[in-house]
Amino acid sequence: MLRNTARFALVVMMFAAAACGSKKAPVLEPTTAPPPEAAPAPPPATPRSNPTTITDATPTVPAVRDDALATSSLDDLNRNSPLRPVFFASDSSDIDPQGKAALDENALVLKQHPTWGITIEGHCDERGTPEYNLALGDRRAAAAVAYLRSLGIAADRLKTVSYGKEFPFDAGHDEAAWSKNRRAHFVITSK
Amino acid sequence: MKYTSLSVAIAIALGLAAAAAQSPQQQPDQIATTINGDSGAPPRFAVPAFLALSNDAETIAAAKTITDVLWNDLNYEHEFTFIGRDVYATIPPAKSIDDLPFDRWREINADGVVAGSVQKSGNQFLIRYRLFDIRSRRAVLGAEYSGSANPRRYAHTISDEIFKKQRGLDGVARTKLSFSSDRDGERLTGTVEKRTVREIYISDYDGENQQRVTVGRTLNAFPSWSPDGRSIAYVSWRRGQPNIFVSHIYDGTLDEITKGPGENYLPAWSPDGTRIAFSSTRDGHAQIYVANKDGSNVRRLTNGPSLDTTPTWSPKGNEIAFTSDRSGLPQIYLMSADGLGGVQRLTAESYVDRPTWSTTTNEIAFESRSGGSGFDIKVIDVNSRTVKQLTFGEGKNESPVFSPNGRHVAFASDRSGKFQIYTMTRDGRDVRQLTRNGENRLPSWSN
Repeated sequence: MLRNTARFALVVMMFAAAACGSKKAPVLEPTTAPPPEAAPAPPPATPRSNPTTITDATPTVPAVRDDALATSSLDDLNRNSPLRPVFFASDSSDIDPQGKAALDENALVLKQHPTWGITIEGHCDERGTPEYNLALGDRRAAAAVAYLRSLGIAADRLKTVSYGKEFPFDAGHDEAAWSKNRRAHFVITSK
Repeated sequence: MKYTSLSVAIAIALGLAAAAAQSPQQQPDQIATTINGDSGAPPRFAVPAFLALSNDAETIAAAKTITDVLWNDLNYEHEFTFIGRDVYATIPPAKSIDDLPFDRWREINADGVVAGSVQKSGNQFLIRYRLFDIRSRRAVLGAEYSGSANPRRYAHTISDEIFKKQRGLDGVARTKLSFSSDRDGERLTGTVEKRTVREIYISDYDGENQQRVTVGRTLNAFPSWSPDGRSIAYVSWRRGQPNIFVSHIYDGTLDEITKGPGENYLPAWSPDGTRIAFSSTRDGHAQIYVANKDGSNVRRLTNGPSLDTTPTWSPKGNEIAFTSDRSGLPQIYLMSADGLGGVQRLTAESYVDRPTWSTTTNEIAFESRSGGSGFDIKVIDVNSRTVKQLTFGEGKNESPVFSPNGRHVAFASDRSGKFQIYTMTRDGRDVRQLTRNGENRLPSWSN
């Protein structure tokens, strides 16, 4: 209150000073406080329930099987994956003969391990755009799925995800790197 | 000569006396004066140091910050010419903001001078400024602000006011950017490859006050500000496949707009903030869809074998531009916002993407593949189809977005090594790097 009075007094004093000086006629805008700068709230630890509650998925621990491969964790399995990637030409999602050969082998592995579920990641090189590459990555993964299904692998074992060009396998900026980054990459996600 | 606290006290006492002696209801003259330069040239402005009316370190620091930030803010729109500080270094500081040495300013051909003061009042600042027309020796604009905001905020407020009143222009000093950053360096879990988490960050328009607004610990990307600047739609891979989330960043709440089926990405708010257009593979491959902002009422807008991505709304919300590979490599197309009627091809380049419609002009910025692995930013006039190139081969230049006043473009570029966020004018000048920490991409610019 006292502060406001003092501030008001200052403004009035300026008017008075302005009135005394013949040439000066300061135009005052109404006294307003700027909107307080909104500080972002801390990121939600527990997202709100309306309209949709979001909780982190609880990891499921795969059952241990009496099987050489099953004794290693999924990470170990994926680190030395028996599943081969499929590589693509620039701006293309067509599977070439080498790609088909890789998928033929992958289909055999999947038939030997009928409980395995896999996720096929679609990846692109940096010569595409971040946006369109999402769709292209998806189409590459979908092409691999379609071919595996044609070999008799059940659709419910095959998930896809596109990462566009977000996670290149080779950080280089030449064709040697790009050719590795245009790929359908296989990850064993359950066994 | 500086105001001491004693002189302030005296001034207050005098002011109180004046208030008692004089009726306070007088309204100032409203003089609509635009400060002009000589013969059509931009007016020459100066922003001498704001006076610190209290002698404590915090006030002195705030006065310096406000002066520097205001100078940068006013310089940003290239509407005024600025007199170098060294040129007016010899002009003594004014005793008060209403006591300018007009003759001295006139000597160095100043047209307009912004004078201001900062005073500490309890735990708040009291900030006053005047914009003087040096020829007429009149204050043409002035205001007083108080509060406990960051000093930069006052400078931004003053700058926006000067642009509005002097130029009829919506400044951007209080707008924000959002982008995706890997600066936290956290390793993504659930993969044997070395992949780094990306989180959504926001900053002021000039890159200051960078703050993280997500804790997804996953790939979070493609942020898009809601028109009211209170929420950010973005894409998160936290569920495995990409889906669209809306973070109400000032409420600390998060909505899940899509939960499959398929992959859902590239959200774009309608100008009225009621709907979100996006790309989804729910029916097989990427097509354009629109939903209410809460995710309800999903409707498919494109229906064909091509990949359709990256929607952006026209300023009136009646049209949507998007990327499609229906003719080979991706190009930009136009359709009505309800998806009815024909689709028109807009661009004829080798490979283009990320159309972003200016909200103030009928122009669309986009990224266009250039030789090698490069991309450059271009702008197309939707009516005349004239294309203007803004960047010229300095690295990869991606993901352009217009400032809300249509006068600037933010984009990501790897011209200095890692990808960083930059802004430039809408004709490609005054390129400014806003981020330096980690890799920062995929900007969005708030209203």
